Amino acid sequence: MSGIYQVMESILPFSWIQYDFMKNALLAVLIITPLFGILGTMIVNRKMAFFSDALGHSAITGIALGVILGLADTNISMIVFGIMFAFALNKINSRNLVGTDTIISVFSSFSIAIGLVILSQGGNFSKYSNLLVGDILSITPKEILYLLLVFCGTILFWFLCYNQIQSLSLSSSLAKSRGVKVKLISNLFDIFLAVIVMLSIKWVGILIINALLILPAAAARNISENVREYHGFSLLFSIFSGLVGLIISYYINTATGPTIVIIASVIFFSTYIYGNKIK
Amino acid sequence: MKNNKGACGLHCIKINHIGVTIGEQVIVDDVNVHIHCGKLSFIIGKNGAGKSTLLKAILDEIPHTGTIEFRAHEDGKIEHINIGYVPQHINIDRHTPTSVYDLIAGYHTKRPVFLRKTKKIYEDMKDQLRMFGAEDLIDKQVGKLSGGEIQRVLLSMAIMDDPNLLILDEPVSGIDKKGMDLFYKNVEELITEYDLAILLVSHDLEYVAKYADEVILLDKKILKRGTAKEVFQSKEFASVFGSLNYDIDKLRKKEGEKTL
Repeated sequence: MSGIYQVMESILPFSWIQYDFMKNALLAVLIITPLFGILGTMIVNRKMAFFSDALGHSAITGIALGVILGLADTNISMIVFGIMFAFALNKINSRNLVGTDTIISVFSSFSIAIGLVILSQGGNFSKYSNLLVGDILSITPKEILYLLLVFCGTILFWFLCYNQIQSLSLSSSLAKSRGVKVKLISNLFDIFLAVIVMLSIKWVGILIINALLILPAAAARNISENVREYHGFSLLFSIFSGLVGLIISYYINTATGPTIVIIASVIFFSTYIYGNKIK
Repeated sequence: MKNNKGACGLHCIKINHIGVTIGEQVIVDDVNVHIHCGKLSFIIGKNGAGKSTLLKAILDEIPHTGTIEFRAHEDGKIEHINIGYVPQHINIDRHTPTSVYDLIAGYHTKRPVFLRKTKKIYEDMKDQLRMFGAEDLIDKQVGKLSGGEIQRVLLSMAIMDDPNLLILDEPVSGIDKKGMDLFYKNVEELITEYDLAILLVSHDLEYVAKYADEVILLDKKILKRGTAKEVFQSKEFASVFGSLNYDIDKLRKKEGEKTL
């Protein structure tokens, strides 16, 4: 890690780079934002924005369960709970008894309520209030390593399975007739999404994680005509808002996550106006 | 795909005892269909008769009983069947950033679509699209195509890897009369020029009367099958659709020798 720190200090001409917490935050931003940019494209195409939002909310229950079980590392309980939550949600949703938005809302509120009840017991909730807006400046090298592993896994998954995800989102019948394992691929997508959301929630915050997943892709969609442009712009917007948000938040002393979201929103509105003009 | 200069007429596809039950409800009951290459078979029936369910069962998309056998000729041994499929519609919004190239490459190539296009795939695809006069659509956004244009793209896609059987769900919305005429003209070209059988679910009896080699009237089970004339004049047909008067001979006259 110290090797990476030295490189960063020597190539970046900013005064803030001398702080280890800023170096860690910068590394984390460089890992998280591309992931969000990439996954966001399919979340938006598949109209899963509500779903990923609910997933974010369920993180608090995951942490609460970890606390109850006395786990030293609540990441594990969060990831396991997140995956179970995603599957349960899809299972009930596929029965089509109630509207999708209703079901997701119910799941989302129920899980956040359970989490809040457990964590607030004994009046200790302030200890966890960071979860709501996130605190990227407190990330540790070990956690960056976790993120890096997930990063590599997701990139591999994207290279191997993107075509199949796209195919099944356009027509699952057609995908199936061409031998795509529709259930498996769609479950894998949910699992990756759950793992990424859970591992980044402490740094990004429950309230805004969905904005970071959705905004770059939504902005890219405003001005893209094909998949290559869509990916390129989404990645660019995501990394750009992440970096700029981090640096600005340092100088004006604000919470990093919300600052990033503001940048991403500005990009969204600009592309929206521009996109309407050219199309 | 290779152009086989028409069907040999020997390949046969047997769809044996297909049944689909969802919960307690029988949707498709013991359907047997026997089709040869070069033939255009239509499935007709009222809403909820199980037409689309039958297609899904043949595509192996839903749990079903029964089998599908494919033989090079009547007494030959069973071979692997390649089924092409044209869905009724695809889930795409007007603004979804997916071009025709992206759509086709997603289903037909292993190379991730988000990487740079390769010249070879691009040119091959263009050749395929040319068959239905759709080569200019390759870089267009799928969401902005008309219903008829999408159908032409989907048709070219479905025949890209030499299917023995092509399954079509007739488009119901977003296509005008001219588009439908073109759609059926394309289907007819396929059946005369390529070595395949086509099974088509149709909602428009006029086209059925005009183009069908065989008509299958479905209501959970097969009520009646035969030529368009035989089926349209049967009492089973009258019980489902009431008495419709199609002058079948007149409808088909345009096609020269292909009358009943």
